[in-house]
Parts: sequence; structure tokens; C-alpha cells
Amino acid sequence: MWIYEKKLEYPAKICTTNPKLAKVIITQYGGPDGELAASLRYLTQRYTMPTGRSKAVLNDIGTEELAHMEIVATLVYNLIKDASIEQIKAAGMEGYYADHDKALYFVNGDGVPWVAAYIQSKGDPITDLHENMAAEQKARSTYEYLINLSDDPGVTETLRWLREREIVHYQRFGETLQHLYDYYNSKRVFY
Amino acid sequence: MDNDRKTMLMNLMAEEFTAIELNLYLDTHPEDRKALNDFNETVERLNDLKAQYEKRYGPLLNFGFSSSEYPWQWIDEPWPWEINFA
Repeated sequence: MWIYEKKLEYPAKICTTNPKLAKVIITQYGGPDGELAASLRYLTQRYTMPTGRSKAVLNDIGTEELAHMEIVATLVYNLIKDASIEQIKAAGMEGYYADHDKALYFVNGDGVPWVAAYIQSKGDPITDLHENMAAEQKARSTYEYLINLSDDPGVTETLRWLREREIVHYQRFGETLQHLYDYYNSKRVFY
Repeated sequence: MDNDRKTMLMNLMAEEFTAIELNLYLDTHPEDRKALNDFNETVERLNDLKAQYEKRYGPLLNFGFSSSEYPWQWIDEPWPWEINFA
């Protein structure tokens, strides 16, 4: 069960209409290292975690990623909602506009649609935790590239906050990995 | 959205973010008593802030976690993605 809370996790800031920036930020909505992939990865891996602690971490971080998806969507939505056709053409967003107008869709910056092949759910908790730590690092790198590309101070601040969350999640997954090693060692299962 | 409401919402966001961060920390440090106390105190402050906000501006949560005055307030705009905090 999930309950919706009618507020963002972080106050997203957008200074000006900027479809060019929206075009690259959308990769954190539906790209390979984006928030949809992160959320669905953790929420689908949680079923086969062996301990209450590891189930909680995947459940809670997977849930937080849904809130991050909403923040990224808020950035993209507000960056393009008032854009003129001329601005959309100048940003190279005509292809996106032809298929989606100014609606949100799960694509990367080049329009490649989201696929489940971006994520893995391996059934081996040690393997899944390594995948998740890598995923957090990939998302951190992506946010850093987006910060390099951003010319909107409000958006940059919001992206910095999202980047910091990747670091915290990486830390929590690392602790969970150590916990799983301890758990298997105590059960004398050798990995 | 007026500034009073924005300020109230941002205070609530800050408190809830504290709760989220402590929740994740406690998931991997379940025996940290100080963090658990901080979490429980945060929950109390957050509940107060939510009650104050909902009294003035309507329900924050759906599916039975917030009540509504007449007429049904859940459908009131703005929705979260329509609020710009710049």
C-alpha cells in the first residue's frame, strides 16, 4: 500500500522557461540511471531480501525515489510549460513535442524510451546490493553532468540536493551490504 | 500561492525530510537510541505542523489519512508540481 502526500519532498525551484535544459534533465525521469529505474529496481528487489533490515532499506529508498521522480518531473514540467514553438525548435525538442506536446514521458535526453532492461533483480541479495550501490554512483555522476549543463540557479540548487541523496543512499546500501555479509557469515553460508 | 502558505509548507518539508533521513539511518542502525529519540521527537513536531497546515489549507494525505471539510477538499489546486519555490 502507498499513500500519496500532496507535497514535494524538496521545494523545487525553476527560474525561467528553458526547454533546452528540460531536454537533458528528462534523462533523470526516464533514462538508464534515472529515478524511475532506481525506484522500480529497489521496489522489485525487496521481495527476495533475506532480513527485515534489508527489506526495509529497499522498501524505503525505493519509496523515496518515487518522490525524487516527482521532483524531476516538476523541474521538466515547469521548464517547458510556457515554452513557445520557437523556443521548442531552438532547443531541438521538436521530436519530443511531436509525440508528447509538453506532457511528461519516460525517455532519456535523446528520446530513447525507458526499458526494464536498465535494471536487474538477480535473486542474490549480495549481487543486488552491489548493483544498487553502482546505480547510486551512476545517478550521482548524471546529476553532476546536469549541474554542469544547467544555466538556471534554482534548478542547479534542486539538482545539487538530488545529487546529495544519491550519496546518502549509497552509504545506506553499503551498510546493508555489510549487514548481509555478517548475516551470511553467521549462517555459515560462504559467498 | 501566498507567502504564508509557502513558508508553512517549507517548514513542514524540512521537518519531514529530517524524519526521512532518520528513518533511513535507523534502518541500518536500529540500536542507536539517540537517533531513535530524535526520530520520535521529529514525528511529534511533524504531526503538529501537518495538523496546522491541514486546518488552514486542506488535506495533505489521501485514502483516509486526512479528513476533509465540505466540499471534498482533496481535489483543490495547486498540486505539488504546480508550486514553484524559486
